[in-house]
Amino acid sequence: MTTWKKEEFDNFETTDVLVKSKELGLKQEQLVDMYRTMVKIRLFEEMADKQYALGKVHGTMHLSAGQEAVAVGTGFAITKGDYLLNHHRGHGHFIASGADVNKMMAEFLGKETGYCRGRGGSMHIADVTANNLGANGIVGGGLQLAAGVGLAVQMKKKEQIVLTIFGDGAANEGIFHESLNMAAIWDLPILYLCENNQYGMSANVARVSAKTPFKDRAAAYGIPGYYIDGNDVLAVYEFIRNAAENARSGKGPVFVEAQTYRYFGHSKSDRNLYRTKEEIDYWKSVEDPIIRFEKLLLTANLINDQSISKIKEEMSEVIDESVTFAENSPEPDVKDVMEWVYA
Amino acid sequence: MPEITYREAIHDAMVEEMRRDENVFLIGEDIGTYGGAFGVSAGMLAEFGPDRIRETPISELAIVGAAAGAAMVGMKPIAELMFMDFVLLALEPLMNQAAKARYMFGGKATVPMVVRLPGGSGTGAAAQHSQSLESILMHIPGIKVVAPSTAYDAKGLLLSAIRDPNPVCFVEHKLLYKVKGEVPEGEYTIPLGVADIKHVGSDITVVTSGIMVQKSLAVAKKLSQEGISVEVLDLRTLRPMDTQAIINSVKKTGRLLVVHEAVQTGGWAGEVMAVVSSSEAFDYLDAPMRRLTGKDVPIPYNRFLEAAAVPQEDDIEAEIRAIVSNKY
Repeated sequence: MTTWKKEEFDNFETTDVLVKSKELGLKQEQLVDMYRTMVKIRLFEEMADKQYALGKVHGTMHLSAGQEAVAVGTGFAITKGDYLLNHHRGHGHFIASGADVNKMMAEFLGKETGYCRGRGGSMHIADVTANNLGANGIVGGGLQLAAGVGLAVQMKKKEQIVLTIFGDGAANEGIFHESLNMAAIWDLPILYLCENNQYGMSANVARVSAKTPFKDRAAAYGIPGYYIDGNDVLAVYEFIRNAAENARSGKGPVFVEAQTYRYFGHSKSDRNLYRTKEEIDYWKSVEDPIIRFEKLLLTANLINDQSISKIKEEMSEVIDESVTFAENSPEPDVKDVMEWVYA
Repeated sequence: MPEITYREAIHDAMVEEMRRDENVFLIGEDIGTYGGAFGVSAGMLAEFGPDRIRETPISELAIVGAAAGAAMVGMKPIAELMFMDFVLLALEPLMNQAAKARYMFGGKATVPMVVRLPGGSGTGAAAQHSQSLESILMHIPGIKVVAPSTAYDAKGLLLSAIRDPNPVCFVEHKLLYKVKGEVPEGEYTIPLGVADIKHVGSDITVVTSGIMVQKSLAVAKKLSQEGISVEVLDLRTLRPMDTQAIINSVKKTGRLLVVHEAVQTGGWAGEVMAVVSSSEAFDYLDAPMRRLTGKDVPIPYNRFLEAAAVPQEDDIEAEIRAIVSNKY
């Protein structure tokens, strides 16, 4: 059941990174850094899966392998200090926004040194002091809070924007309508990023959504919407940066839908009964965001086989260290179970 | 001391705190020119403007969600839901977001918000505009629930609720809006979680809140003329509950009646009785503990049926007489 069509994308496919980066004002080092961050996310997710397989993880996880270009294109395009409200599959965006993988892995393993002192787990990683208002266990949870954060920014006349990332599944929650309508009538500085990975758990977008692309729904509220190739990292960067500028300028909310694909199952209970091996293989081989960007960087001579190996080794070490850090961290003290229910 | 209505007391608390603290704002439906469905915010638009008297579309989920979001980044929103019944449309942001953000982020977030909820029956508004849903709200850790019974308490408790760093549900009984009471001029607060003995007595303790305090007081005064001494303990805050005040009073009187308008099954009367039965007060009981609550029925429209669905003064009086005469 295919729901995406390349010809509907609002972006032009990136075919030459040198031309594109010049157009976007990105330095060559930044391009390599984007690649490095995508590799870092992939390795983090693979390590998370491995930790789970080893029986070291108490709870569940929602892995984002395959969706790295959305996370990195977005993370590099927004400004430090912008608010982030994320969905449950949030590891990638946090890493791309500069989160500490040690604290993330520690949270994943439920340790006191984790971002949430082991109280939240993978689904609730947050760093409120850095304006990261958390992943959310409720589909559309970020959409519930977004208008209020936007309102606070507007009332305080600050220059931040609110980035709220949600999936194709959340677009069918009632709050989608309430949130977009509210943001539009008040011109709130909100960037709605719909990360369409084609499945809400097992539900294919086409089976559960009356009309796609979802950007058409944004149009119903008078919100400018764009449907882009979410596996083209520079296209994501370009559209998110422009959308963020627009939202920051006081013109109101903007909507971007990024088309992508998740490789792992929805969560640990998933046996992939609802999609074919051929479909997964197609995305992994032809559309993989890291392979696509790697090819472009190789063609432009910005990286070579040697530097690729070096990047992968370095990032692998960083992820290994995060596991060591997490494993060596203490469990929370059970005496503190009642701490922080109330302020 | 000047007398003002319960409605004016709530209005004044909001106005005074908004003058003091620019982070406080009111968000809800028809709260501007209309002045709110019950007139509580009348005149506030003129003083504070449309930014801080933020009129919304009919989107209860997004109203409470927006309040939670704004609170997480430093604002102190007061969300008004037109009727308490409509909180059922907004339980998700209240219970899954606002109530849990602090805990699940390891103590690194605060959500200082108030949700004002006009509740209760007696206006002929029938099943979907008359409920007392406080027991549902009390069930979720992370939320505080306040239900004032007088103008004085309403003002002092609302100021504390706005300043509290947690999500607070503020339950206002619609029939109390017109009731007058003495309220001093100027700022005063009443701490959350502290009950108040509204009538001192020695024969029986009536633990209650909201409008049932007024009804219980009328009964207590009547029975005092016959020498039946009723202690009326107004919980004021339902969560956190002042359990020590309950225990102390029951130890003194040896009898307990819990009165609330909310329906019986799962209602907070059971919580009060559990507090007593598992404390030293249990040994002081001279009679079985009893509860008088709303019947387990949707609130009916017809005035006689409506009155029959919730405790009235006659019911409270009969129940007290039965308990003190060892009928049970």
